[in-house]
Amino acid sequence: MAEPQGGRSLVVDAVTHRYPSGALAVENINLDIKGGEIIALLGPSGCGKTTLLRIIAGFIAQTQGRIIIGDDIVDTLPPNRRAVGIVFQNYALFPHLSISENVAYGLAARGIDRATRQRESQRLLELVQLPTMAERLPRQLSGGQQQRVALARALAIKPSILLLDEPFAALDKNLRLDMQIEVKRLQRVSGITTLIVTHDQEEALSMADRVAVLSQGKLEQFGTPSDVYDRPQTLFVNTFVGSSNRMPGVVVSADRTAAKIRLDAGAEIIARPATGTLTEGGRVTVCIRPEHLQFVGDETGFAGVVGMSLPLGATVVHEVTTADGSGVKISQARIGETRALESGAAVRLAPLAPSLANAFPATL
Amino acid sequence: MGTAPASRDVTSYGMGLAAPLALFFLFFFVAPLVQLFWLSLHNDTAGLHWGLGQYIHFLTDPFSLSVLGSTLLLGAEVTAVCLVLGFPIAWLYQRVGPRLQTIIILIVLLPLLTSVVVRTFAWIVILGRQGIINATLQSLGIIDTPLKLLYTQFGVVIALAQVQMPLMILPLITALGRIDSNLDDASCSLGAGSWRTFFRVVLPLSLPGVIAGCTLTYAAAITAFITQSLVGGGQMLFMPMYLYQQASTLQNWPFASAISIIFLLAVLAVVSVFTTLGRLSRGYGGA
Repeated sequence: MAEPQGGRSLVVDAVTHRYPSGALAVENINLDIKGGEIIALLGPSGCGKTTLLRIIAGFIAQTQGRIIIGDDIVDTLPPNRRAVGIVFQNYALFPHLSISENVAYGLAARGIDRATRQRESQRLLELVQLPTMAERLPRQLSGGQQQRVALARALAIKPSILLLDEPFAALDKNLRLDMQIEVKRLQRVSGITTLIVTHDQEEALSMADRVAVLSQGKLEQFGTPSDVYDRPQTLFVNTFVGSSNRMPGVVVSADRTAAKIRLDAGAEIIARPATGTLTEGGRVTVCIRPEHLQFVGDETGFAGVVGMSLPLGATVVHEVTTADGSGVKISQARIGETRALESGAAVRLAPLAPSLANAFPATL
Repeated sequence: MGTAPASRDVTSYGMGLAAPLALFFLFFFVAPLVQLFWLSLHNDTAGLHWGLGQYIHFLTDPFSLSVLGSTLLLGAEVTAVCLVLGFPIAWLYQRVGPRLQTIIILIVLLPLLTSVVVRTFAWIVILGRQGIINATLQSLGIIDTPLKLLYTQFGVVIALAQVQMPLMILPLITALGRIDSNLDDASCSLGAGSWRTFFRVVLPLSLPGVIAGCTLTYAAAITAFITQSLVGGGQMLFMPMYLYQQASTLQNWPFASAISIIFLLAVLAVVSVFTTLGRLSRGYGGA
């Protein structure tokens, strides 16, 4: 039985999981997570992030690879011996047990005496700011409160790793922010290594020290939120995290740090080769975020016609149709009186800086 | 949640629709029951003298009381066997793929699709002196003389358990299906082993199904006239057969009526215990 220990490291070493049908759920995932880090597993549904979580928890035995918590390879341990705390998406509180019994459940399973159990569950309920709810049943609590109880229950066993499966998906927007702050506070207090599975990129970027982006069972990128957002390594990451305009083009000239690209939309721009040097004459896809485009007055940039303008509060998004017929979005900060653009107005667009346009070799 | 007038409208509407069934019950259930009760209040077979003689006779007669006792005990045994054997099947059902689920449900429902008489004779063939079980055990050299299985309490319990099994398993499947499978995982991740998870989470949450299943199985087992009589034979007497003898063979209708009423009350008492337990356990129910 694991002893109380916060902040142990977690290594996912070349983990591959194949369904009985032969389909790959996750393929050769490597994650090296330091003790006390918050990591987000980000990806669209069906990308294998929940499978990976269940492998770490021990509910699924991976086909290949190892899971190492601290210094221990835990592959042969069943879930009840791994000391991994889990908060489920639907909280999975025991509906027939009171809040304090729920929190103390893991302690009871460890054979800890009643008095200690009661003291611990009270301490944890105070930690999650629900000290007066001990005698209630889960269904008498709101969603946010149930989530706090689920957290307290997971923390009660002093887990070495805390896993959160889409923890905020069922909460409304305001409550979600409160709970995100709450979880981050609890994580700071306990110093526990935490893994959050989410499909919400804002959540991943705001909460995690590092983000692992998954797509179709493969790890696309594992880096800090700013790495993932500003220096995406793959086209998928660039388009999945944040929004992005994808513009096809041909490489005119390229070196390791910059490439000159002729866009199909008609203009030559300088872009950052995201995956190393590009071959001259090769087809590429250039990703430019809407907030990284600007209107230019001169003949630089590419031409387009404004379709629609959407004022979104702090920003205004214009939809522009380019010469090759593809749509491009550009967002402008709303500073003072933003120039109103009528539908049908002819404009020219260019990226704010070469480093803000990422070029990826086009795949067929 | 509707407002008061709206819900009253809905109720009166429902009452009107229920009227045909209510009338049916009134004529074919309540009226005969009243007649039965009226008949049981006569001291002589001709029905001329009023009195509680039949009830006094039953309740002071050790033989009658032993028939009642053995019938209630039979019900308890059949219910226990069904619960112990049925729970794992219901549990398994919730953990296998859709194809196996279809097979399990077919096997569970199979007893309901064959005639009670046919099924009971099948058990006679299986349990008899020269039956399948004895023949097999003898040919394997495990026993020398045939075991007495037919016409024993054991035989009746086994045959009834097989017949009533669907009544136990179906409510259990429903109750287990309502339990969020994440609760299993949650319990496990908190350090609980399979047995603790079962006794602390699965069993308490399946109690409504357990109680529904027990009520149905119990009520069906103690009133199963054909199976009790054929597998039990002449040597074992249970309430339905006792009742039948008094009414049909001995033509003692007042005493038969009194037996009916006492049996009815005994069953109602047991069922109401189950329902009370059910109501207490419903506190767990929805989540």
